[in-house]
Amino acid sequence: MTTPAETLQRTALYDEHLALGARMVPFGGFEMPVQYAGILKEHDAVRKRAGIFDLSHMAQYELRGAGVAAWADGLTVNAVGTMKPLQARYNIFTNDAGGCRDDVLFYRLEDRWLLVVNAANAPKMWPYLQAAAAGRADVALESKHGSRALIAVQGPRAVEIVAPLCDVDAAAIKYYFCREGRVDGAPATIARTGYTGEDGFELFVEGADAPRLWRTLLARGAEFGLEPAGLGARDVLRLEAGMPLYGFELTEEISPIAGGQAWAVKLGKGEFPGRAALAAQLERDDYDRIAGIVLEGRVPARGGYPVFFGGERAGEVRSASLAPAAGNKNVATVLVRKEAAAVGALLDVEIRGTKHPARVVPLPFYKRA
Amino acid sequence: MAQPDGLLYSKEHEWLKVEGDSATVGITDYAQNSLGDIVYVELPRVGQTIKQFASIGVVESVKAVSDLFTPIGGEVTEINAALEADPALVNRDAFGDGWLYKVKLTDPGESAHLLGPAEYDALVAEAAH
Repeated sequence: MTTPAETLQRTALYDEHLALGARMVPFGGFEMPVQYAGILKEHDAVRKRAGIFDLSHMAQYELRGAGVAAWADGLTVNAVGTMKPLQARYNIFTNDAGGCRDDVLFYRLEDRWLLVVNAANAPKMWPYLQAAAAGRADVALESKHGSRALIAVQGPRAVEIVAPLCDVDAAAIKYYFCREGRVDGAPATIARTGYTGEDGFELFVEGADAPRLWRTLLARGAEFGLEPAGLGARDVLRLEAGMPLYGFELTEEISPIAGGQAWAVKLGKGEFPGRAALAAQLERDDYDRIAGIVLEGRVPARGGYPVFFGGERAGEVRSASLAPAAGNKNVATVLVRKEAAAVGALLDVEIRGTKHPARVVPLPFYKRA
Repeated sequence: MAQPDGLLYSKEHEWLKVEGDSATVGITDYAQNSLGDIVYVELPRVGQTIKQFASIGVVESVKAVSDLFTPIGGEVTEINAALEADPALVNRDAFGDGWLYKVKLTDPGESAHLLGPAEYDALVAEAAH
């Protein structure tokens, strides 16, 4: 899975990460910080105060033209055409079998749309989108991948750190909405979005403006307990918050419905790839699906470990972690048979040859107060 | 970074403190730092006989599972019970309170296969590049 070092890209904030002592790892074709002070310490900062993340590896595409909404509605499960100006919405591009090409965010801006896709999927998504838009005069795509930066500030104190630096009333931006303005003088799309289960902002800026903004935010955030947080903490935070990660809860084989994202599937909105397959899946209700489990003991589960129900193999672990915000228990998502996915079902996870009891619980594992 | 004197080291980043015919085993500060937040340690049982360099347990961090290889052979006489409730002791004090287990040595001569502080320091310096 690792990319040869010479082909890895660096975000505009690479030098900032090194200066902060980050441990860098290859992720989605970029050298990214997996941790600074430590995953659990960073997690704690985000849950109780605030954390700052570099998410510039994610691909930002700008979409322009009168046909964007209708075009995007024909490729995805959730409604694009009903989005209000300055609204953000989670969505999933599907394949013809109903599996997931990628899970994404659409932002409807004043004169264009912003589409954010997973870095690891960008190499397949960019050609796919270009082909899908080919021959359409009313849809124009422009990739800003690698040139535009994304800085997220997440946590209960995020608004106090970010809002005073904005030339628009950022505190008044509602959850899953955005504004265009300036942050510390830099032109930015200021979005009340995130992937941690906390309040917070995602700031889309030019790469050239990113290092100064990063340093300003860190300096201003110090009194609020802001700390740099890496991809390791982000993975724990999103798992606790019940948010899927492409490649684990959603794949080309795991549909939005099987992956627990049926809420985002609008079968009535018109045709899109895999629509019939998803309708049939819902109708039959017999598919393997994602469920959340809490393990009883102290032994952590890991992706790929076998899961048993009633003594029989029922599926496998997809994501797992210690969950400090969910009673400091070991939690996991599993992909299992329908009966094994019911809340309250008692499962066993096989860890190095020994079965460890676990119980299916409702997702998310953590919800902010 | 200088490694504590009076200890022996394995290439798998365990340390060994020999006292008479017994020894205390742990993982090095370099190892705990590389692993990150340790959330679970699986140790051999008291009374179990373990062979030098065999895989005898695991150390799990938030992100990864790592095999634990014993730097010396012998019979396990004690395990650090405090790690069950507080595995992060290994992060906080790898060379002290975060020790893992004690063994009665099968053959004290086995320690000749281990590294001294300066040799281990060189190994760590190499790994950092």
